[in-house]
Amino acid sequence: MSLTRKTAAELGALIASGEVSAVEVTQAHLDRVAEVDPRVNAFLHVAAESALEQARSVDARRAAGEELGPLAGVPIAHKDVFTTKDMPTTAGSKILEGYRPPYDATVTARLREAGLVILGKTNLDEFAMGSSTENSAYGPTRNPWDLDRIPGGSSGGSSAAVASYQAPLSTGTDTGGSIRQPAAVTGIVGMKPTYGGSSRYGLIAFASSLDTPGPFARNVLDAALLHEAFSGHDVMDSTSIHEEVPPVVEAARRGDVAGLRVGVVKEFGGEGYQPGVINRFREAVDLLESLGAKVVEVSCPSFTYALPAYYLIAPSEASSNLARFDGMRYGLRVGDDGTRSAEEVMALTRAAGFGPEVKRRIMLGTYALSSGYYDAYYGSAQKVRTLIARDFEAAFHQVDVLVSPTTPTTAFPIGERADDPMAMYLADLCTIPANLAGNAAISVPCGLAEEDGLPVGLQIMAPVLGDDRCYRVGAAVEKAFEDRWGGPLLKEAPSL
Amino acid sequence: MSAITRDEVAHLARLSRLALADDELDHYATQLDDIIAAVARVAEVATDDIPPSSHALPLTNVYRPDEARRSLTPQQALAAAPAVEDDRFRVPRILGEEA
Amino acid sequence: MTTTHTVMPYDEALERFEPVLGLETHVEMGTTTKMFCGCSTTFGAPPNTHVCPVCLALPGSLPVANDKAIESTIRIGLALNCTIAEWCRFARKNYFYPDMPKNYQISQYDEPLCTNGYLDVEVGGKTVRIEIERVHLEEDTGKSTHVGGATGRIHGADYSIVDYNRAGIPLVEIVTKPIPGTDRLAPEVAKAYVTELRELLRTLGVSDVRMEEGSLRCDVNVSLMPRGSSEWGTRTETKNVNSLRSVERAVRGEIERQAAILADGGRIVQETRHFHEDTGATTSGRSKEEAQDYRYFPEPDLLPIAPSPEWVAELKSELPELPTARRRRLQAEWGVSDLDMAAMHNADAIDLVEATVAAGVPAADARKWWMGELARRANESGTPLADLAITPEQIARVVELVSSGALNDKLARQVLEGVLAGEGSPDEVVEKRGLRIVSDEGELSSIIDQVLASNADAADKVRSGKIAAVGALVGGVMKASRGKADAGRARELILEKLGVSE
Repeated sequence: MSLTRKTAAELGALIASGEVSAVEVTQAHLDRVAEVDPRVNAFLHVAAESALEQARSVDARRAAGEELGPLAGVPIAHKDVFTTKDMPTTAGSKILEGYRPPYDATVTARLREAGLVILGKTNLDEFAMGSSTENSAYGPTRNPWDLDRIPGGSSGGSSAAVASYQAPLSTGTDTGGSIRQPAAVTGIVGMKPTYGGSSRYGLIAFASSLDTPGPFARNVLDAALLHEAFSGHDVMDSTSIHEEVPPVVEAARRGDVAGLRVGVVKEFGGEGYQPGVINRFREAVDLLESLGAKVVEVSCPSFTYALPAYYLIAPSEASSNLARFDGMRYGLRVGDDGTRSAEEVMALTRAAGFGPEVKRRIMLGTYALSSGYYDAYYGSAQKVRTLIARDFEAAFHQVDVLVSPTTPTTAFPIGERADDPMAMYLADLCTIPANLAGNAAISVPCGLAEEDGLPVGLQIMAPVLGDDRCYRVGAAVEKAFEDRWGGPLLKEAPSL
Repeated sequence: MSAITRDEVAHLARLSRLALADDELDHYATQLDDIIAAVARVAEVATDDIPPSSHALPLTNVYRPDEARRSLTPQQALAAAPAVEDDRFRVPRILGEEA
Repeated sequence: MTTTHTVMPYDEALERFEPVLGLETHVEMGTTTKMFCGCSTTFGAPPNTHVCPVCLALPGSLPVANDKAIESTIRIGLALNCTIAEWCRFARKNYFYPDMPKNYQISQYDEPLCTNGYLDVEVGGKTVRIEIERVHLEEDTGKSTHVGGATGRIHGADYSIVDYNRAGIPLVEIVTKPIPGTDRLAPEVAKAYVTELRELLRTLGVSDVRMEEGSLRCDVNVSLMPRGSSEWGTRTETKNVNSLRSVERAVRGEIERQAAILADGGRIVQETRHFHEDTGATTSGRSKEEAQDYRYFPEPDLLPIAPSPEWVAELKSELPELPTARRRRLQAEWGVSDLDMAAMHNADAIDLVEATVAAGVPAADARKWWMGELARRANESGTPLADLAITPEQIARVVELVSSGALNDKLARQVLEGVLAGEGSPDEVVEKRGLRIVSDEGELSSIIDQVLASNADAADKVRSGKIAAVGALVGGVMKASRGKADAGRARELILEKLGVSE
C-alpha cells in the first residue's frame, strides 16, 4: 500500500521502527502534492526543502538512538493562519501577501517539537471567515469528492489536503465550525477542542473568544494523536487552560459507548436540512443505540439563537482584531504617494487588501459595537451566550454527550452561495453552540447522502474539558461504520 | 423598514478605515440590512436578568511575572515594514492629534 | 492655527465666573517590563529595540498582563482611599492611530480596578479634599517624530517616523471627580493636587514620576459658570501639560480664555486643547463634538481581574507611610506651624529638612537654612532646591561651626556660597576664604576703639542710657571686621568700654 494511504499512527510506527525513513514518507507526500494539488489547490505554500530537512533530522535522531514520539517524521499540512518563521503566513488575505513573521505560533512550535514534518501552509477563507474557502484571496480550494464543490471552510485547504491523501494530518482552527464543517463535507475527522485547551498564540485572530486550534485526520485515533501533540497550557495565551490535556488518545483507542447516555439535540434537524443528511444522522443514532448507548432527545431551546448571536460576536471581535492590518508596520500598503495622510493610506490599503466577506464582517462588527447599538446587538448576543452555556449545562446533567448532524447539507457547488451571505452562514448552524460555550466537539463521517453521494458528518459534543468523550464516542462510531462499510468512508471517494 | 441606511454604511466604512466606492456602499447596505434584520432576533431572549458572557469560560486572574523576555532586533522588527527611516517605521503624515 | 486669544484678566474673570476643575493624570508604571509583554521599559533606548510581536501587534500575538502592574494599580488605589473592584475587566478602546500598533488600546472602561477615593491636598494652609473618580490600568502608545514642514510639529509635516519602544508600557490613569468650589485658588489647587499625587506615587515606589520624561502627564479640564449659577459650563480638556508650573498656568490661562469668550456672549466648545510649554498658550485640537465612537468592549484576549479580598488587605497593610501622614508626623516632631509646614512643602524642602535633621541639626536650624539662604539661592539660579550642590551633611557641618562659635550667620552664608560654588567642603571653604570668626580680643578691642572714636554721637547716646543705639556700633564693628567679628562679644565689649550695663 502506498505510503500516502497509511494512517499517521501507522507511519509513525514505521518510521520509529526504521522500516521506512521520514524522508521517504515526506517525499511520497510531496510527490502526491505535486500530482494532485494543481487540481485541488489545498496548499498556498509548499515547503519541500524545509520539510525534507525536518525529515532528515528525524531520521538522524532515530539513527542516534533517540526515542521518537508517535508522530515523529509524519507529514502534516498546516493551516496558513498560524505563524511560521520559515514560511510565508497570509491568512488567505492579500493584505499579508508574502508576509514572513519573525516568530512561530505555539502550535507550530509544538508540531516541530513533536517531530512532525510541515509540508506547507494550507488555503483558507480569508482570515478564517467563511464556510467554503471561496473567500481566499488565492482562489478556492476544491473538494476531492467533487472538484466543482467546496471543501468546507474556513479550514478547507486542510480538509482537502487530508481527504486527497496529500497529508495524513492537518491543522485547522474552529471559530464557528471551521474544522468540523470541512471535515464533514470531505468525509474525514475534525475536532474542535475545548476553548483554551489549545493555544491561540500565533494564530491570526478572527474572533478571540471563539477561535480554537484543532486537528484533522482520516481517522479518530490520528486526530487524537495530533490533538495531544499540540495541546496543553501555554503561558503566552491568557485564555489557555491550566489543566492536563484530557486523555484523548486513550479514549480513541478505547472507543466504546456501552452504558453511555447520548442526547439528540431536538432543535437541530427539520426545515433546511438535506434529507440525506437527516437519514445518515438517524442511522448513526440507531447505530449508537445498537452499540449499547442510551439515546434520549434533549431540548436546547437557546441553540436556535446561536447563529444570530455568533454573527454579532464574531464580527464584533473581528472588527477590532483586524484593525492592526493598516499598512503601517507590515503587509500591503496602498496609495502612499507622499501627499495622502496616514488615515487615507490606511483606508485605501484596507479597501484593496481585504476581500468582500472580511469587509462585510468588519462593518457588521463595527455596527454592533457602535454606541447606541451595543446593548441591542453585541450586549444581547453575549446574553444569548450565557443562555447557550446554561442549555449545555442542563443537557449534560442528563446525558454524557450530545449529537447532531455537523452541517445541514453536504458540500455545495462552488459559487452557489458566494454572494449570499445569509445562505452561507447556515452551514454553521449546528456547530456554533459549542464555540459560544467553549465545549469540545468532533465531526466523524457517518455515510453518504443518497441525493448526491457526498459525505455527511456526525457531530458529537461534550462538556468543557470532556474532549476525551468526543474521541471515545467518535472511535466507537467509526469502528462500527467501518465494519459495516468494509473500510473508511474515504475509500468511496473518486481517485484523483 | 430597513435596519441600516447607505449613509450609515458610509459612516461604518469611515470608522473601519475602508475606502469604499459608491457602488460598494450600495451593495453592502443591502447585504448588511439583510444580515442585521436576521441577527436582531437575539434581543428577543436577552432579558435584563441574564448576565452577559464575554468569554467562553469563567476563568480569572491570569498574569505573567514582571520578568524581561528577549525583544526582537530592530532588523526583525522592521523587516516587514513598507517603509523605514532611521530604524523607525515611516508612515504617511498624520492628521490631527489623538493622544 | 492661531495661538492668540482675547483673554480676560484673572481677577475680573474670577469676579464674574466660578471655575470647576477636573484632572486626569497618566502615570507610567516603573515596572521592569511592559504591560502585556516581556519587553523592557527602560527610557531612552535606541528606537525599536524594546519591541516584540506583542507590542508591535504582529499578527497572531496575544497579551498577558503584568502582575506587578496590577499590584501597583491596586496599591495606588488603596493609597488614594479607593474601593478595589472584586471583579473587573480590561476593555478595548478602538480607534486608528499610527502610534498605536493594534489600532485599539487595551484599557478599562466601565469596570475600573479602583473607584471612589480621595486625596487631601493643602493649599494656603487649608486642606482641600479632591475626590477621585477612578484609577485604571491601560497601555501607552509609541512615539512619532514628525518630519518635514516648517515647525517640526504634526501640522504641516510631510511624514512621520515611529518608534514603538514606549508602546505597551503600563499606564495608570487617575481621574478626579469634578472639583467645584476652589474659586480663586483653582490654579493652585490643581498644582497642589498633582504635586501631592506625584509625591504619593514616589512614596509608593510605583513610578519615577518624571514629568519632563513624560512618565507623569496631565490633562486639565476646566469649565466656568457665572457667579450664582448652579449649572456647570461646557468644559475643555487641555492635554500635554508636562510640568507642575504648567498645570497652574494651564488652569489660569483657560479660565482667562473662557471668561473672555463667555463675557462676549460666546459659547465654549467641548474640545481637546493643547498646551504649549513655551508660550503657556493653548491651541484647539480635536473637537469632541464630532463624536469619536471608541466602540469599547470587554477584551476577549485577557481574563477578568478578580483580586481576592485577602490579597487586597495584605497590600493595604504593607503600604508605606503616605506623604500626608508623614508630613503630619514631621510637623509634630519639628514643632512648626501649619503655614511653615506648607511653605516647606511648596518649596519641596521637607525631604531635605528631614535629612538635615537626621544629620544631627536641630529642626529649627535645618528649616531656617533650607527655607532662607538656600531657598533664596535656588530661586535666584532657577534650580529646584534638591538640585543645589550641597548635602544635608554639609549643612550639618556649617550649623555645627556656628554653634561652636567658629562662624556667625553671616560667615556661614559665605561658607554655603563657597560650597555651592564647588569650592569644597565647609571646612575647606572656611580655610580657603579665611572665614574664621575674629576671636582675638586684642584685635577686636582695637577695632572697637576705632569705631567708638569715629561714632562719638552714638557712643554718647549709649553712655546716656539709650542702649538701643549700641546696634549701630556693633554694625560698625561688623563692617570694619568684614563680618568676621563675633557680634555678641563685640556688643559686650562696647558696653563694657562705655561703662554701661544692661
